[in-house]
Amino acid sequence: MAHDSFQGYRRDNGRVGIRNHVILLPLDDLSNAACEAVANNIKGTIALPHHYGRLQFGADLELHFRTLIGTGSNPNVAAVVVIGIEPQWTNRVVEGIAKTGKPVAGFWIEQNGDHQTIANASRAAKEFLQEASENQREKCGIDDLWVSVKCGESDTTSGLASNPTVGNFIDKVDPQGATTCFGETSEITGAEQICATRAKTPEAAEKFLATWNAYNDFIMENKTDDLSDSQPTKGNIEGGLSTIEEKAFGNLEKIGKNTMYVDVLEPAEAPAAGPGLYFMDTSSAAAECVTLQAAAGFAVHLFPTGQGNVIGNPIEPVIKLSANPRTVRTMSEHIDVDVSGIMRRDMNFDEAGDSLLDMTIRTCNGRLTAAEALGHREFVMTKLYRSA
Amino acid sequence: MNLVFQLREDAVAAPDFLVHGVEDTVGVVVVEDASAGKELTGWVMETDDTITIKALDDIPLGHKVALSDIVDGDTIIKYGHDIGKAVAAIATGGHAHVHNMKTKKW
Repeated sequence: MAHDSFQGYRRDNGRVGIRNHVILLPLDDLSNAACEAVANNIKGTIALPHHYGRLQFGADLELHFRTLIGTGSNPNVAAVVVIGIEPQWTNRVVEGIAKTGKPVAGFWIEQNGDHQTIANASRAAKEFLQEASENQREKCGIDDLWVSVKCGESDTTSGLASNPTVGNFIDKVDPQGATTCFGETSEITGAEQICATRAKTPEAAEKFLATWNAYNDFIMENKTDDLSDSQPTKGNIEGGLSTIEEKAFGNLEKIGKNTMYVDVLEPAEAPAAGPGLYFMDTSSAAAECVTLQAAAGFAVHLFPTGQGNVIGNPIEPVIKLSANPRTVRTMSEHIDVDVSGIMRRDMNFDEAGDSLLDMTIRTCNGRLTAAEALGHREFVMTKLYRSA
Repeated sequence: MNLVFQLREDAVAAPDFLVHGVEDTVGVVVVEDASAGKELTGWVMETDDTITIKALDDIPLGHKVALSDIVDGDTIIKYGHDIGKAVAAIATGGHAHVHNMKTKKW
């Protein structure tokens, strides 16, 4: 199978999606019920319930809007219905998404009630869904592909085999003009100086170290002990990882051997410096990180796991790979690509990288990932601090 | 005869543990039966060398085995880098994990 093209949906703003979702996007926690009711009325649409959106302020509120507008703007999304408790913030999200040129409509609950809101939003969602169902896939190149990476429930097999497989993939698609992204600021602790040497420019290295230092300072200020109850996680420790440094060096294997990152992104910030690898300041918790990467516009996610993380995302398909022979045996329904052969020396990294590339192209062409088939839609907004 | 020899050369035995680089002081067990007393075969990925070591403890899949005698306070090296320090002595073939090693961060 050729690995230089895939069949995607080219959107009005030029970005290419690999899914054609119509989503119900709540502005706030209060609007989850209405969004879920509309998704139940209009089969084939997806509601994205979450917990926040009230009384946030400053950088935390900006991140909330950036995440919601980015999610609606992701090219895997064909059209969006936004529902909020009141019109002003609802319209701010609607106007942000409208810049992509895709169909978007907003509804609010105050002075309408759930019934009227659900009825009106359902009418809009039905029109959007029928319209989206006529969108056609077309041939797209690797330079149209936006790929994010993040690992989870890692163990030593992640650093030995599944993360270097992702690294091999990155080294293969980077020269072809793909746009890629890694994050997990806290889980680079111990390898931060090595990570700084992987920046393409001194400015990017400086920006990375400033970002890492700020995150580390926050952890040092708030930690109660040596954090060994949290990092590595209990699952990491069960899998043989003993320290954050060991986890970090394994983590960094995901960016390959040659690829240099061109810039450092704020959480949920869309890349603006052209193709290449980007570092994003993110939480290291799986669903928070993938939600931020999807909001930045990434279309497909590569997720190596050791002990067996089961995460999915409602709009960005998550491809799981594992090299742990026990995990691929006991949790086979979650694993899209089995690279445990590396551990037995019957598969090399080049073959493993090709096998991941093959599965990525198939997924981009429409094949459902294990997480999609199993209904994993973890949409988790990052909240920076307490509300006003 | 030649054909038989050729086949044997091509067949690479599956290793019991993997080592990232030559400077590493620990390897990672990749089988589910690394029990105390067993002679373990290791693959050094950087150089493609094969080494053997006798397991002192039962070492679970994914957990680390000490490749040489490690003294309390020694830096543990993996990926050719500092991944923390020993907080107890770890003998060659011993299980290296949270009970005898610790982060230098946090």
